[in-house]
Amino acid sequence: MELLTHPWPWYTAGLIIGLIVPALLILGNKHFGISSNLRHICAACFPADIKFFKYDWKKEIWNFYFVGGIMLGGFIAAFYLNSGDPIQVNPKLVEELATYNITDFSQIVPVQLFNFESLFTLKGFIMMVVGGFLVGFGTRWAGGCTSGHAIMGLSNLQWPSLVATICFMIGGIIMANFILPYILNL
Amino acid sequence: MATQQELDDLKARELDAMCVNESELKHPWYYNLKYAVVGVVFGIVFIKAEIISWFRIQEMFRFQSFHMYGVIGTAVIVGAISVFLIKKLGIKTIHGEKITFADKEFNKGNIYGGLMFGFGWAITGACPGPLFAQLGSGVLSISIVILSAIAGTWTYGWLRDKLPH
Repeated sequence: MELLTHPWPWYTAGLIIGLIVPALLILGNKHFGISSNLRHICAACFPADIKFFKYDWKKEIWNFYFVGGIMLGGFIAAFYLNSGDPIQVNPKLVEELATYNITDFSQIVPVQLFNFESLFTLKGFIMMVVGGFLVGFGTRWAGGCTSGHAIMGLSNLQWPSLVATICFMIGGIIMANFILPYILNL
Repeated sequence: MATQQELDDLKARELDAMCVNESELKHPWYYNLKYAVVGVVFGIVFIKAEIISWFRIQEMFRFQSFHMYGVIGTAVIVGAISVFLIKKLGIKTIHGEKITFADKEFNKGNIYGGLMFGFGWAITGACPGPLFAQLGSGVLSISIVILSAIAGTWTYGWLRDKLPH
């Protein structure tokens, strides 16, 4: 139990995530990918006569079961396999975040930024609404996210996925180092 | 024989190569529960290895920790060996179907969309999978981020013909 409740090392996590690729393939020829879900939700709920959303989303219904499972897994890990210790991060990051008044490391996200009240502040709006919008728009434009491109695509040696993954990293590095500090100072 | 409707359908889904999962088999709904089980394992790993932590993502983009690089690197190596073996040995699904792979075609969206997603990833500290695990772990405000991501996907679909690809 000790082993389960403490944070898992990178090699264990990497091994299990890597094995999800063959697991989905062998269970039913399914390609590991999560952002497509967002598209299936649009197709199921608000197709609005847009060509991109006019397809039989029910054929992709396995994907909803998959994310449903992810949510349940998140719940189990957080409530039953939790050591209760705050997350250990690089002291340099702790120091930097303190300058933006982010001091609460008890949750997986900084609750001082992500909460319903801060939604009505400019900073909270950018973090939650603008950030989410960029994720949804960007992944679909790129044709996949970290799972579809960086893991499934690279596993299948697809060079467009390598291009996309490099762009994910460049975008993230620019945002985290050069733009996010201004947003967090708002 | 596939009807015209089905062919159009497939074409529409092929715009997004990773989401074409054509199967001839008709199974009752509970066959899908096996994917939920895989999802549960994935969700637990997400939380326990802290991959979905906003803090870990900030460390990664600031090169302050090896953790995320180790996770993604190991996953890709294990995934690549698995795909290689499946192809080499002609492994079939548990229902005896052939396992198929589609080649991804390059388009400029891989670059523009990739950069855009990178911005969003660094802000929210999450890609689409982790968002669902974060919500499951009890951070209810993440539902706003998910709704906004759905809105982003919808807006992309709406503007799709006007965007460079």
